[in-house]
Amino acid sequence: MTPPRARKVIPIQPVEEASLYEAQKKIYPRAVGGLLSRWRWAMVFATQLFFYGMPWLEWGQRQAVLFDLEARRFYIFGLVLYPQDFIYLTGLLVVSALSLFLFTAVAGRLWCGFTCPQTVYTEIFLWIERKVEGERGARMKLDTHPMSLEKLVKKWFKHILWIGVGVWTGFTFVGYFSPIRDLGLAFLRTQMGSWEVFWVFFYGFATYGNAGFLREQVCKYMCPYARFQSAMFDKDTLIVSYDQARGEPRGVRARHDDARALGLGACVDCTLCVQVCPTGIDIRNGLQYECIGCGLCIDACDTMMDKMEYPRGLIRFSTQNGVQGGWSRARIWRRVWRPRVLAYTGLLLALSIALLASLVVRTPLKVDVVRDRAALARIVGGGQLENVYRLQLMNATESPQRYRISAGGLAGLTVASEPVVEVGPAQSRWVAVRLHLPYGTVPAGSHAITFEVDAGPGEAHVAEKSVFLVPR
Amino acid sequence: MSDFDNEFWSVYVAGLTLVSILACLLLLWITARKKVAPSADNTTGHVWDEDLMEMNNPMPRWWMWLFVITIIFGLLYLVAYPGMGTYQGKLAWTSRAEHAKDVEQAARDIAPQYARFAGMNTEEVARDPQAMAIGERLFMNNCAQCHGSDARGSKGFPNLTDGDWLYGGTPEVISETIHKGRTGVMPPMAAAVGTPEDVKNVAHYVLSLSGSPHDSLRASLGKSKFGVCAACHGVGGKGNPALGAPNLSDDIWLHGWGESAIVSMINTGKTSQMPAQAGKLTEAQIQVLAAYVWSLSNRAAPARP
Repeated sequence: MTPPRARKVIPIQPVEEASLYEAQKKIYPRAVGGLLSRWRWAMVFATQLFFYGMPWLEWGQRQAVLFDLEARRFYIFGLVLYPQDFIYLTGLLVVSALSLFLFTAVAGRLWCGFTCPQTVYTEIFLWIERKVEGERGARMKLDTHPMSLEKLVKKWFKHILWIGVGVWTGFTFVGYFSPIRDLGLAFLRTQMGSWEVFWVFFYGFATYGNAGFLREQVCKYMCPYARFQSAMFDKDTLIVSYDQARGEPRGVRARHDDARALGLGACVDCTLCVQVCPTGIDIRNGLQYECIGCGLCIDACDTMMDKMEYPRGLIRFSTQNGVQGGWSRARIWRRVWRPRVLAYTGLLLALSIALLASLVVRTPLKVDVVRDRAALARIVGGGQLENVYRLQLMNATESPQRYRISAGGLAGLTVASEPVVEVGPAQSRWVAVRLHLPYGTVPAGSHAITFEVDAGPGEAHVAEKSVFLVPR
Repeated sequence: MSDFDNEFWSVYVAGLTLVSILACLLLLWITARKKVAPSADNTTGHVWDEDLMEMNNPMPRWWMWLFVITIIFGLLYLVAYPGMGTYQGKLAWTSRAEHAKDVEQAARDIAPQYARFAGMNTEEVARDPQAMAIGERLFMNNCAQCHGSDARGSKGFPNLTDGDWLYGGTPEVISETIHKGRTGVMPPMAAAVGTPEDVKNVAHYVLSLSGSPHDSLRASLGKSKFGVCAACHGVGGKGNPALGAPNLSDDIWLHGWGESAIVSMINTGKTSQMPAQAGKLTEAQIQVLAAYVWSLSNRAAPARP
């Protein structure tokens, strides 16, 4: 659907030539109140209370959420996960991706506009900027001023606050991997490990740079999600839309002028929608790849429409079909349940349930069986054939466990080594296990057997397959 | 050490590297200065599938500076590290030295774990559950490959749990074995023993020493030929720990049981090797490991924590 190309006009004056590289134009978003703005702040609080607060929660004697990379144990409330549980992270990522697909198909770049850390931290940093330097106009003026004491103080103060938020963010991030209370003490005593220092300041610096300086540049040039999300749009996706039919021709007028008589549409060309836009675009030019779907222009426009006593919604969340066909809200919503959305929802539900169920019924014990690398089989006293195995017992509970090892699958198969093994809380242990089989009871070759490891009646029980070798 | 067999290749590689980097810089410089006339609709003019057009959006300028930073980093890197042919770099970095440093660091890191055992004797270390847990892991990582996970060995690799020792089972000797390794040599003795028939007789005599099934007539004939064997294995075949000569009378058959196994051992001999661990493991590790190995045949495994 291309708009009709304008007739080619041979330029009389020489065309202004452009560089291959574009200088970043600083954007000064104006603050705006309204429903979507309140939603954005609600999401800032929801995500950041979670992020900043989670490491401080305690669970029994330890941090509730702790990813101990050095010991390779991952604690999430009552769960103790091993690196072998990586499948759960895969599941979580698949669920996240499907959620992104679903939200995008229904309502465009919701993730970008409301919950993406890039958006959220930019909003926090903008709030600080606004508190220190003032509203859009004041900020623009300040930047054109020559350096003065006032400007120096304001700029320094802003950067100190930004760096403070950045370092706190980096500190919180590291607090997920290194117990945050000890980390805090080490920080105060300047006794942090060199890697902890590196990550606190690296992550802090990244926050400061991305939210303070790069801002919309990240979304425009660096973010891969921004690109592939637009591939999930269709004509029934809710996007931030300007109602061109109603708005054009735009024009300035007094409050009680009769727009119809002046031959004007509803757009008063106040440019508030452009001033509030965090990516600096004009939504009236239609859907653009820079649009992160935050809807601040909707709030801005609604404010102006209220002032003009026009109906709201000149800019609104609507679909391409809805705007072009003038559909009612109900008709637009009916189209939400289209096959692609149903498929995403079905997959998402099924996977989420499967993931949760597998976590709930998870056995807090893992067993790996490895045949001994030195000896295939030996004949020992008492006419017994002996095979040696190494069992890795991984205790995924936080109390010491006594595991009883038994073996089955062949008549007369017995465990010759100590059958009861103790493994400490959240510890893993390799034990050598010897199995005996009376000589001559089975033919030569490889025979399937099963190791059974039991933590006690009603407790964890794991069966693992292996083979018993009988020499010729 | 350089892998180049000719100085030319070093210069060639260094030159090519430098020219490539400078070419990138030149390309960047040209594109940064170039100005283009924008098209009316901001597209490149390419159209696919009826209406798919390529937008002609410029790169952000800071992106260009990232390229510049990359080039500067690359040049500094080539000054500091070996990358230009045979040039060693200002830091004189080598992967070998890095590895040696890491090994040293690791030894320093684990030292506190072992500090507690420093003043203990073998019996005390063997009673310590924590030391035995460390010893078990050391054994699994360094010894189990040959001696088996359960330390019971296999053909050719001694069982360390049965109280039978080739060189002696005191803590000192075990520690010495781990430190220096052992080389056990059984020379081919067929010529010294005599005819193939004599060899067979000696084999039956050896079997008789441990009361294993044998031909007593051959054994009595073989006894006189056993003299050459007794030089190492002793008159009664009781072995000699000083030489590592096995006891032939205890019914433990490291290299196989029966007439054919013994005949082939006499005919061809055998050299067995236990590699020295002194360079691989630290003194403290060897102390704990020796105590663990000693504990395998001297007392039941200690209780775990």
